[in-house]
Amino acid sequence: MKYVAPSSVEEATSLLSTSPSAQVFAGATDVVPQLRAGRSAPEVLVDLKKIQELVSIVKDDTKWTVGAATPTANLTEDQAFSEEFQGLSEAAGLIGSDQIQNRSSLGGNLCNGSPAADSVPAMVVNGVRAVIAGPNGTRVLDVAEVVTGPGQLSLEDDEFIVEFEIDRMPERSGDAYLRMIPRTEMDIAVVGAGARVTLAEDGSIEEAIVALGAVAPTVVRVPEAEAALVGNTPNEQTLSAVAGAASEVCNPIDDKRGTIAYRKQVAGVLAKRAVLIAVERAQQRNGMK
Amino acid sequence: MARTHITAVVNGDETEFLAEDGTSLLNALRDEVGLTGAKEGCGTGDCGSCSVMIDDKVTTSCLVFAPEANGATILTVEGLADSGQLHPLQQCFLEGAALQCGICTPGFLIAAKALLDKNPDPTETEIRYALAGNLCRCTGYDKIIRAVQEAAREMRGQ
Repeated sequence: MKYVAPSSVEEATSLLSTSPSAQVFAGATDVVPQLRAGRSAPEVLVDLKKIQELVSIVKDDTKWTVGAATPTANLTEDQAFSEEFQGLSEAAGLIGSDQIQNRSSLGGNLCNGSPAADSVPAMVVNGVRAVIAGPNGTRVLDVAEVVTGPGQLSLEDDEFIVEFEIDRMPERSGDAYLRMIPRTEMDIAVVGAGARVTLAEDGSIEEAIVALGAVAPTVVRVPEAEAALVGNTPNEQTLSAVAGAASEVCNPIDDKRGTIAYRKQVAGVLAKRAVLIAVERAQQRNGMK
Repeated sequence: MARTHITAVVNGDETEFLAEDGTSLLNALRDEVGLTGAKEGCGTGDCGSCSVMIDDKVTTSCLVFAPEANGATILTVEGLADSGQLHPLQQCFLEGAALQCGICTPGFLIAAKALLDKNPDPTETEIRYALAGNLCRCTGYDKIIRAVQEAAREMRGQ
């Protein structure tokens, strides 16, 4: 195994196109356990953290650009980002311990391809886009399109994510992410639920996005919950429709972390709560409450 | 396996060592540099007993490839004491019997130092969250939390 640390995107893509058995990594918090378990044996380890774009957080008038290998601790410690995207910041902050947080990244969390990745539902509800570099330049793909199944990506072997583009939070909007685990910290989601809402001036919900993690082979949107919310306030009836739709969209597995029935029920509960938190944040942000 | 020549500041001293590219920083520190304070518990970043600070950030050295340390500043438990004088955390762990078998202790000390560097007056809850990545099978954690509280008080001069 050979370690290389390219200093530019071009250098990295050219390395990948000439090294058939290369593994890119950021914090390696998933890559190392996989190597140790013998699940992969790359010839070249490509450290992406020496490429400036991959480890930076930049805000402009229209969007945030977050390097794919930026440690999640940098993101959660960025006060402006964390105030604007409370849910996404909280989701990123749930990935492992402080030790892991100094290494883990949005790019790694996504490209590990785990259905239970905490940051992914939060990125999906915020419409985050991945900027992907490859031998023929870059392309942009919605985060929701990156993972196609457990450990399966729509990226080619010689492609990697450079950065994420996150459009600035619109007015009267808020996001939230909740995770169910049997303990308080250091565990893998039994269910994760992300929500983002934008309110109309009269306080009703103008736009809603709900996404669930750990209940299907990939993170899933809940279109029926979103439809039930739009044009309404989060009252008992709409919230019960959200919970029902969330449970319905689940296609979970039975495993040591939770049964199918349990995951379905918890998905409904968490989706409802995440929507309520997102609404509350939208109200607070705009002085409606 | 390719070997890389690594230069890093380890516990204040410029240190050079060779390590295989795919090996962990933990193994390189233990086998090449001779610093055996950091321990391998799980090897997967769950137990925290290999915690070290790299450029002032605490991390699990079992998940770091050794060549990543090139040019970095590393602090291990061996670098906590100052000219033979134990760090307040070490002293408080000793006095408070915050260890039994001791395997997890170097990791707890480094993680606790990382916490106190950022937050000199943490609440019990903040301490418990900051040490959530460190597992101890002996103490039940209570004495560890109290030792960190006591060290924090001393370090604040109270």
